[in-house]
Amino acid sequence: MTQAAGDAPRRVVVIGAGHGGAQLVAFLRQFGFAGSIVLVGDEAGIPYQRPPLSKAWLKGETTLDKLAMRPASFYAEQKIELRSGLRAEGIDTAARQVRLSNSEQLGYDELVLATGSYPRALPLVAAGLGNVLALRALPDAEKLRAALAPGKRLVIVGGGFIGLECAATARDLGAEVVVLEKAPRLLERVASAPISQFLHRYHEARGVTVVVDASITAVEGQGRAEAVRLADGRRFACDSVLVGIGAVPATALAEAAGLACDNGVCVGADCRSSDPHIFAIGDVARRPHPLYGTALRLESVPSSLEQARLVAAAIAGREPGPPEVPWFWSDQYDLKLQMAGLPVAVDEVVIRGQPEGAGAEFAAKFAVFHLSQGRVTCVEAVNQPQAFMAGRKLIGSGKTVPAARLADPAVPLNELAA
Amino acid sequence: MPKITYISSDGAEHVVDAENGLSAMEAAVRNNVPGIDGDCGGMAACGTCHVYVDRAWLGKTGAAREGVERDMLSVTDGAADNSRLACQIALTEELDGLVLRLPSGQH
Repeated sequence: MTQAAGDAPRRVVVIGAGHGGAQLVAFLRQFGFAGSIVLVGDEAGIPYQRPPLSKAWLKGETTLDKLAMRPASFYAEQKIELRSGLRAEGIDTAARQVRLSNSEQLGYDELVLATGSYPRALPLVAAGLGNVLALRALPDAEKLRAALAPGKRLVIVGGGFIGLECAATARDLGAEVVVLEKAPRLLERVASAPISQFLHRYHEARGVTVVVDASITAVEGQGRAEAVRLADGRRFACDSVLVGIGAVPATALAEAAGLACDNGVCVGADCRSSDPHIFAIGDVARRPHPLYGTALRLESVPSSLEQARLVAAAIAGREPGPPEVPWFWSDQYDLKLQMAGLPVAVDEVVIRGQPEGAGAEFAAKFAVFHLSQGRVTCVEAVNQPQAFMAGRKLIGSGKTVPAARLADPAVPLNELAA
Repeated sequence: MPKITYISSDGAEHVVDAENGLSAMEAAVRNNVPGIDGDCGGMAACGTCHVYVDRAWLGKTGAAREGVERDMLSVTDGAADNSRLACQIALTEELDGLVLRLPSGQH
């Protein structure tokens, strides 16, 4: 992957200015890449952080300046050409050119697709219901913020991370919140049952109405959603609806260019697509993960940053770092969830600490370790950063560890992970 | 504007004029200092902004705070009594001249 200095690419074009794209261009300069860099983003303004959109930003606890990944002056200082408010409309892979929405043609030596994903739409919703919202970008968060106030009724469709983080924020802001999840439990695709059950109780204890196995038959209302109706006859009146039922990879550009795609742009372990001069990173990339062997499309900020580091190193001719254990975090109320690894071939699950105390009291400090043949393969920690850090280390090292010692809060975690 | 010096494990120095009110992680990220990535954006959730505070400054920055920061560092490779997560150091004029060293794993 290392390029001889004489062959260093002269111009790198990055499509998509989310976490992956914006970090990639910064890493290129950190790693000494001296060629020209163009970062194309379809949103107005400078790159910003998305995770606070469902939390601090909604609560008005942060500013636009703090939300920005870097100040506007950074891009000029680093000689990064930021092209905001423009979409890439086509790639001519033979001529190595990208056509932008202003008809401009941008030549490239290496192209990086960091186009991300977009929220999956709820099929039952008639077009043009202005109070049916999604959350992906800053304008979405602005609309949601306007919909949240004491006494406002918010129905959230989807009990995933976006839905639950927004439910927690909306409760903190005094709104009445209903979460409708079609699966038998919350976070079914992304967390284990003990975590789902704990969060279910935790949200209910904070006044959220949580419905699992929810089968939505209609979103009622003329011009705006007035209620959501379920197959069992229940009807939830609302002032607004937030849909958080997953994301779809934004592959249209790649597909039109003839790149191999299958639930994402298919890339190798080095994030290279079927075209040797085009990489894909982040939500849009499906990559054989070096620690798991299988092709995964991970929708998370840490994964997009790992891939940004990897591709920047490849382009700058620098050795890539070691593979990172995939991880994720979520903040809800006073809960800090940190998860690492994937539950692959799990034959034993141990819980360290107490998911709850007596009665309605929550101790809210525990971790779920998933083991495969005596090795930790996944950890999910609630308000237990030590368990998360130890688990992440153990997953990376592959060291065997007795389940009974993991489960025993008296055994120090740094000893187990050492 | 406090001046902060970040020294990587190979001795390279990056001197940054930081805005008051930023954290030492944010000041590093905004100036593209290698080795401080701040993947979680400052939530003390990822451990990618581990730094060693120059001992002369430890009195002013204080040691790692009880709770999440100390918990994260207690299981971090190479952490010492002068370890901090840079995202938890709020920069003020009082810290003008602060020197932070990076662990060898972060570059």
